[in-house]
Amino acid sequence: MKQKEKGTIIAVTGGPGLKKRLETLSIRKGAEITKVSAQVMRGPIIVQVVNTQVAIGFGMAKKIMVEVEKESNIERSAVSS
Amino acid sequence: MKKILLLGNPNVGKSVIFTRLTGTYVVASNYPGTTVEFTKGYMNLKGEKVEVIDVPGIYSLEPVSKAEEVAVDMLKEGDLVINVVDATKLERSLNLTLQLLKQNVPVVIALNLWDEAGHCGIIIEVDKLEEILGVPVVPTCALTGEGMRNLILRLKEAKANTYLKSDQERWTEIGKIIHQVQKVTHRHHTFSEKLGDASIRPITGIFIAGLVLFISFQVIRFIGESLIKYFFEPVFNILWTPLMLKLSLILNPGSFIHKILIGELFKGEINYTASFGLLTTGLFVPLAMVLPYIFAFYLVLSFMEDSGYLPRLGILVDNIMHTVGLHGLAVIPMFLGLGCNVPGVLATRILEGKRERFIALTLMAIAVPCMSQIALIIGLIGKYGPFGLGIVFGTLFIVWLVLGFLLNLILKGESPEIFVEIPPYRWPYIGVLLKKLGLRTADFIFHGVPWVLFGVFLVNILYIFKVIKFVGQIASPVITGFFGLPKETVAALIMGFLRKDIAVGMLLPLNLTMHQSIVASVVLAMYFPCLATFTMMIRELGVKDTIKSVFVMLVTVLIVGTALNLILSWSP
Repeated sequence: MKQKEKGTIIAVTGGPGLKKRLETLSIRKGAEITKVSAQVMRGPIIVQVVNTQVAIGFGMAKKIMVEVEKESNIERSAVSS
Repeated sequence: MKKILLLGNPNVGKSVIFTRLTGTYVVASNYPGTTVEFTKGYMNLKGEKVEVIDVPGIYSLEPVSKAEEVAVDMLKEGDLVINVVDATKLERSLNLTLQLLKQNVPVVIALNLWDEAGHCGIIIEVDKLEEILGVPVVPTCALTGEGMRNLILRLKEAKANTYLKSDQERWTEIGKIIHQVQKVTHRHHTFSEKLGDASIRPITGIFIAGLVLFISFQVIRFIGESLIKYFFEPVFNILWTPLMLKLSLILNPGSFIHKILIGELFKGEINYTASFGLLTTGLFVPLAMVLPYIFAFYLVLSFMEDSGYLPRLGILVDNIMHTVGLHGLAVIPMFLGLGCNVPGVLATRILEGKRERFIALTLMAIAVPCMSQIALIIGLIGKYGPFGLGIVFGTLFIVWLVLGFLLNLILKGESPEIFVEIPPYRWPYIGVLLKKLGLRTADFIFHGVPWVLFGVFLVNILYIFKVIKFVGQIASPVITGFFGLPKETVAALIMGFLRKDIAVGMLLPLNLTMHQSIVASVVLAMYFPCLATFTMMIRELGVKDTIKSVFVMLVTVLIVGTALNLILSWSP
């Protein structure tokens, strides 16, 4: 997922603990997510979900899979990449 | 007595509502996790005295941090819950609300930040929401006090067990509710949002961080210096000195009581940094040297807290914090520690695990000097120009970094990742900010100054009974041999167990060289926390880990103090 892109979360590939934790800030399957910015050197990723900005560690962001609709195709990737 | 709990997500304004209901002021800021333990207060409800409890913010009834556990435990004791909800983030808040409505406790919902929701173009149909949830929903704006009367009036309508749906269906249910009650109108990005984005992008963010820190530093210095030069020093010199000289004549110099109250006279004159009487140095140091900087620091800190900048700074320095085994949010306790280590220690509760808290507390106790101490270090070394101060604070920073790196390497486990909601920028509400500043300044005057006075008294007694001379003889191999300091500095080190500001103050009359002043300041900052911080550390870490932490401090100070002494004696 690139910066400024908007996508839909298709899966959170982590344990139930992580899923629950992300869920508390509305980061869950089916939610719309926008990547606001990313820090250098695998630093935190900042995303916007609903109208809240959330900073997520790089490792956690790797586990959030999103689908981004492009003009011709649908691209699937992790939030961190 | 009936108990009312204020429960809700972090950073929705529970503490502000608490202050409104009870008149008991508690610190509120614009970042998640300001309240880490619960605060009790009382209010009058139709002639009945009820207890109101401000609970740390939680996202769900399944806790992840220590602060959240505290909150969930409290729920069992409540007779009524005011669920404080952020109207701008209704969807997310409803997760907790629906869980609460399944508990066996009556609930009223305060739809707080109602004004901000309006500004964001969010329209919520309150009546419909009330109908769906089956409990009163009251729009409030706690900062200005709007809706508070209505909230109190409707407490009696609170109901329990109104929304029984299974946990699996919860998010689907929330989706349905949102669809029915909320409309969001489109609007353009505001300036504060653009600024918000810029301050968390790597390049612009670091530039902004540098600018913010530089300005903060200059403002603190300017206010602190000006208050001292144009207010406190003239007050002492013009008004207080003549009074003290008269008292000195009455008491008769040389008498025991004169020694305690006025201290020593130099050529018949009072020297506020050297006389060391209760009414001379004992008042001058805390009021004319420390207080101005405390005031200036908390003014700037409160502004940073309330604007919402601190968590953003945390995100920018997340990588650096990981090298010391912490994550970015740990800048918040460190910043608070710069004011006073005691609230700093408490604030480490926002960190997830025991390991992080141990590292954060140890680093804070060793390498984060409090404002009282900094003010005195400026008084001691500032006269040599910025170079000396640079060495002192540079050394402390390097120690912080290297020691943190080593602790992270040695201690088992790894540092958890940052996961935090970024609050929107808010223009600090001036009344609230001033109240917070007033409270913190008063805390120093009423809790700090008496300890300084007690310290000055104790020093005099210890001198008179020659205890300090005795300990000085015993400790001289380390103090003179390793650190290159005169024997007399031992008095300061003894006092440092009690309070760091007066300890540095005791170095002032010793006529140390610049080199010695630098080593002494660093050693005093590092070797042991002051009594108040130490007590707090035991409370938060337990005895065993505190002993470990103290061991780390003693080893570090021996190495760093000796090395610094050697380096400074070699250089020209």
